[in-house]
Amino acid sequence: MATHDIFEKNSILLAIGIVIVISIAGLIEIVPLYFIGSTIEKVNGMRPYTPLELAGRDIYVREGCYLCHSQMIRPFRDEVERYGHYSLAAESAYDHPFQWGSKRTGPDLARVGNKYSDKWHRDHMNNPRSIVPESVMPGYSFLAKTEIDASRYAAHLRALNWTAQPNGVSKNDTGAMYTKAMIANAAADMKAQAGETDSDEAEALQKRYGGKLNVRDFDGNPDKVTELDAMIAYLQMLGTLVDFKTYNAKANLR
Amino acid sequence: MTRGGITTIGGIFTALVLVSGILLTGYAGMNAIDAVFGFHMYLMAAAALLGLLAILMGHPFKGDPSQYNYGVVKAFVIATIFWGVTGFTVGDYIAWELAFPFLNWDLPWTNFGRLRPLHTSAVIFAFGGNILLGSSFYVAQRTNHTRLAGNVAPWFVFWGYNLFIVLAGTGYVLGVTQGHEYAEPEWYVDIWLTVVWVVYLMVFMGTLMKRRVSHIYVANWFYLAFIITIAVLHLVHNMAVPVSFFGLKSYSFQAGVQDAMTQWWYGHNAVGFFLTAAFLAMVYYFVPKRAERPVYSYRLSIIHFWSLIFLYMWAGPHHLHYTALPDWTQTIGMAFSIMLWMPSWGGMINGLMTLSGAWDKLRTDPVLRMLVVSVAFYGMSTFEGPMMAIKAVNALSHYTDWTIGHVHSGAMGWVGMVTFGVIYCLVPWLWGRKEMYSMALVSWHFWLSTIGILLYITSMWVSGILQGLMWRAYDNLGFLEYSFVETVEAMHPFYVIRALGGLFFVIGSLIMAYNVFKTIRLAPAEEHFSDAVLAPAE
Repeated sequence: MATHDIFEKNSILLAIGIVIVISIAGLIEIVPLYFIGSTIEKVNGMRPYTPLELAGRDIYVREGCYLCHSQMIRPFRDEVERYGHYSLAAESAYDHPFQWGSKRTGPDLARVGNKYSDKWHRDHMNNPRSIVPESVMPGYSFLAKTEIDASRYAAHLRALNWTAQPNGVSKNDTGAMYTKAMIANAAADMKAQAGETDSDEAEALQKRYGGKLNVRDFDGNPDKVTELDAMIAYLQMLGTLVDFKTYNAKANLR
Repeated sequence: MTRGGITTIGGIFTALVLVSGILLTGYAGMNAIDAVFGFHMYLMAAAALLGLLAILMGHPFKGDPSQYNYGVVKAFVIATIFWGVTGFTVGDYIAWELAFPFLNWDLPWTNFGRLRPLHTSAVIFAFGGNILLGSSFYVAQRTNHTRLAGNVAPWFVFWGYNLFIVLAGTGYVLGVTQGHEYAEPEWYVDIWLTVVWVVYLMVFMGTLMKRRVSHIYVANWFYLAFIITIAVLHLVHNMAVPVSFFGLKSYSFQAGVQDAMTQWWYGHNAVGFFLTAAFLAMVYYFVPKRAERPVYSYRLSIIHFWSLIFLYMWAGPHHLHYTALPDWTQTIGMAFSIMLWMPSWGGMINGLMTLSGAWDKLRTDPVLRMLVVSVAFYGMSTFEGPMMAIKAVNALSHYTDWTIGHVHSGAMGWVGMVTFGVIYCLVPWLWGRKEMYSMALVSWHFWLSTIGILLYITSMWVSGILQGLMWRAYDNLGFLEYSFVETVEAMHPFYVIRALGGLFFVIGSLIMAYNVFKTIRLAPAEEHFSDAVLAPAE
């Protein structure tokens, strides 16, 4: 092993050798995911999160929900029957960060949207065991008591426009995730989505984001936009966007 | 010649860095848009101020080049024990939460989702990190026959790294996370860790470069691979866009499938380099020392070093089997994970066979017993890992407690036990004591930990496989047999057993803390103790 001497006698060469050896895998496994077109399936219906849904997602991340709930349905008979169509990469193209999770202490949430009523979610968040006696989930009664400052959310949309949008999937016609109008109206849109269903503001919100949109007072408290509004708005849209009637599974084989 | 503090170049430079740090964090704190961000900025400013005062007084940084720098290693050892007890206790608490959910108290600060990152970071980065940094500073000095590079810099690494832990830990409890497993700290904490890590690399490389022996000893290769790779992983994985430079929140630069791949490229190699390569470095120094035998095979150490660091980096996709990650990536990940079994066992064989001719010491020396059992656990979990990376096995094991059991046979059995063994070696060597205060207590610690680990991993095997099978069970009419919540209910007895196992482990660590305290205070001094730098044996 005399040739190995060169590394053992020269710390800089040893360090360079290490850098080269450890770099290869990442270059081969990560970088192509940005360039191979089939990585993200072609689907109809995906759109950016509305400010209220995004706030709910931020709370989902903050409370570490992903540590017990996955958002990734695998293509197995039992999972598809239990949770719905297996998850597509396209469905998390707007997710900064992704929340696929790695443990199911609780059930998968990838398609929990529109499965239960808002009332069910309110009671369940307040005290999970009042709905599911065997549940081991913590109660999140504090969400209903915490108001959200809607005026801060324009900055969040602006930050998301600076993130990587691979294969252009999460870009709109203006080349960004959120349009100028979406950013300018972020606060109004947030309040509108948690308010009356057929207001003018709700109509404007619907026009800006298109697609399927839940607009209503989610937390049963019409006076305020609370963290519970945001959380339920997020949960109720999870996995509901893609139009599977027009999805071509064969064309998207990878 | 004894110099220190502000009179050295390092001291002046550090003082300037700290002054600008105080100005920067103070300014950010005054303009903070979140209360927690303000708190963290003022905490950093206060830490920098204390560091500045320490440098101006010049006291703790005096260094005689003819002596080893043991002071900073001692500090790391004590921090390891403190964070170990903390991290194990939090871990056991959240284990009880899963068995008895009222323990969450329905408060933001005590719910499982916030305490779980506190547990994982406290054991991986605080307990594991402190012993890795500390032992690397010890081993680099001893094997290179030279004093650690720099006088201020090693202490900067110690305090800076532990400040990172305090920022991360208080953040989790207060709801600060970027939502990436094992990399939860937000953007400003990541930047701080980068600064500390660069200084760490400089101290370590500096020590290698001024070595007084011609060859770099194998333990240092592993430490160097750990330091470099963690830097690469940390920088790539934590790319994020802050919402404001005066606030907590950021959004990860990558999204969805690419973010997932990068997360597990990072996550699996946090295991591979933080929890494996660097702990193997500890094995390569402390096992031969304690057994008073040379390393079994030099050839094997070369082959297994390069193949381990090369193959580990590919294995990440096995965390994403059957997900929306493209199949080609999953297949590569699985293939390399299986190959990884070989270099892993190369390390195990090299560690165990080093005891050739000294196996009798296992009966008489509980410290060596800990080191050897840790290598045995390493062998077991590095067999279990490749097996679970096979897609057909993973289809059953993924999302279940089997994964949790696997991680803990590695974390408690391998990382925990080897760290305990190293602490029991280092404390007498650093403080100039003949032996630990009580070898009987070391034995107690060994058995309590071993029983605790066995309770933990066996209960998680049963609960994981049981839950996996229940999820896919069909009745004879072709309907799913169990609702999800029935599978949750079935976990309860195993969650209680697991929490009891954890309790054994916590009690063991408390015994260690007591034993170390007594050793430093009371144990008889070693007559020939010296911290003078040894001349190389040429």
